[in-house]
Amino acid sequence: MDIHGIHSILLERFGADTVGGATHPAIDPWIQVAASSIVEVARFLRDDERLLFNHLNDLCGCDYLETDPKKVAKFGHEPHVEVVYQLSSLKLRHQLKLKVLVPRWRNDVQGELPVVPSVSSLWGIANWHEREAYDLVGIHFEGHPNLRRILCPEDWVGHALRKDYAFPLEYHGVRGR
Amino acid sequence: MSMQVEDPRVVEFDVQTDEMLVNMGPQHPSTHGVLRLLLRTDGEIVHECTPHIGYLHRSAEKIGENLSPPQYIPYTDRMDYLAGMNMNLGFSLAVEKLIGMKVPEKGVHLRVLIAELGRIASHLVGMGTYGLDLGTFSPFLYAFREREIILDLFEEACGARLTYSYLTVGGATHDLPDEIEIPDGLASLTGRRPGERFPFLEVIEMFLQWLEPRIKEYHTLLTRNTIFIKRTAGQGVLTPEMAVSYGCTGPVLRGSGVNFDLRRDGEPIYTNMYQSYDFDVVAAPFKDAPREVVLGDNWCRFYVRMLEVVQAIRLVRQAIPKYKAATGSFREVFKLNSKLPKDEVYLETEAPRGQMGFYVVGNGEGNPLRVRAKSSCFCNVAITDQICKGVPLADIPAIVGSLDIVMGEIDR
Repeated sequence: MDIHGIHSILLERFGADTVGGATHPAIDPWIQVAASSIVEVARFLRDDERLLFNHLNDLCGCDYLETDPKKVAKFGHEPHVEVVYQLSSLKLRHQLKLKVLVPRWRNDVQGELPVVPSVSSLWGIANWHEREAYDLVGIHFEGHPNLRRILCPEDWVGHALRKDYAFPLEYHGVRGR
Repeated sequence: MSMQVEDPRVVEFDVQTDEMLVNMGPQHPSTHGVLRLLLRTDGEIVHECTPHIGYLHRSAEKIGENLSPPQYIPYTDRMDYLAGMNMNLGFSLAVEKLIGMKVPEKGVHLRVLIAELGRIASHLVGMGTYGLDLGTFSPFLYAFREREIILDLFEEACGARLTYSYLTVGGATHDLPDEIEIPDGLASLTGRRPGERFPFLEVIEMFLQWLEPRIKEYHTLLTRNTIFIKRTAGQGVLTPEMAVSYGCTGPVLRGSGVNFDLRRDGEPIYTNMYQSYDFDVVAAPFKDAPREVVLGDNWCRFYVRMLEVVQAIRLVRQAIPKYKAATGSFREVFKLNSKLPKDEVYLETEAPRGQMGFYVVGNGEGNPLRVRAKSSCFCNVAITDQICKGVPLADIPAIVGSLDIVMGEIDR
């Protein structure tokens, strides 16, 4: 099923407040989902007979921010953080990209991580992917059973894939620069 | 530890061991790199096996944000360093999809030829090191002897033996060489004079002709070996449902009986490469499996790899005449100062260890806004705690080895 078919099914089930997008002219069109209802939408996508997205190919975070003030006008995105879900169905052989957009910091307080509900109860691998997204992009997945850093050491400070991440000058006596 | 015993007769029946936490790795020889497994054992039996990764993290994704795509190709080599060619191909295809570039026919067949040779080399290592994990040394030596010849051929093609950066955006960096000195290893194995010169494609054909009958020998040496079957059959069973839920791909998924291969079922930009080729997707269950084998166990995963080598040989054989017949250039030039469009793509390709995905976000500049490398081994190693429950400690290397992981790809 193509993206428009999936979009209309989702729109019918969840309404336009929850499901948006799919109309952007893009190579891989995506559907935007409201953060609060991502778990319901994902469960519906996984279990519905017409969709059966049983395989979570990838889940990653992406930070949209231009740190250079001269380039901000050309950048074309409001500063935000995205969680991108790549789903596919091994049975029906179709795929889908979902996006959840959240502000860079919760309540615009620097250091407060934005919150997205966890889908680790639906796909086993989401557990690790969400840990990685938490570690590198700094997204708090609510309801995750074990949200710890996975690639960086546990006492690492900051989230490396944030655009305004400052590389540490020193880590346990090792010089950073 | 002192304890109060009310009835002394109970003591002799109270023989029990304490639970113990055992760190296996990160420098354990059978963890294939710097993987640390934290085992909670009760005597010999492992109750919990928690993998800890990240020891080889080199910030590959962050580096990708500061480099243009052709500059990033060498970093993809260092992800799965046993199949550098396939990593190059995955990233190149993702960028080509983003900028809408079409690779000429000759480049396509060159890529199939090189990528499938890379798959053979990678699976040979997988086979050899799996033998090592189970305590047999000789298959490893044979596997490396064969792999050495492939590396020699790659060296003739691009100058590097491990980190090739050969397949790049638009095709490849060089065309295949016309004529080469026969690699020393191949010369001694086939009884030819060292230093004799042959056309490159003829040497590949010579190598395949020599390799193909050897596969049968490996089956005698390893696959059908009673000890090997005892160690692998029925061990580490991964059900198809769990394999899909945990995002397992490649031989691990196909070993669990899910018939899915991106070369056949992937996106058009990737499947078009293989459109004119004839090959079979290998998936469990196998009719010729020993009696003890269960769907999704270590043996199935191993056997899938062995049969994929045969399919890869078939593909290389078909690629040689197609490459010869193709005319025109082998590449489309990617201008170094070109800008990436404001768009984003995600593309997965079938690397030897599973589906390697690249997510590239362009933003109207030369460097991408985000490069994400979704690793296949990352997902494959995540199931270890599920399939290592309740097995003896000695079976942990057998189970983890059958997943055939490469830490460079997991940690990026």
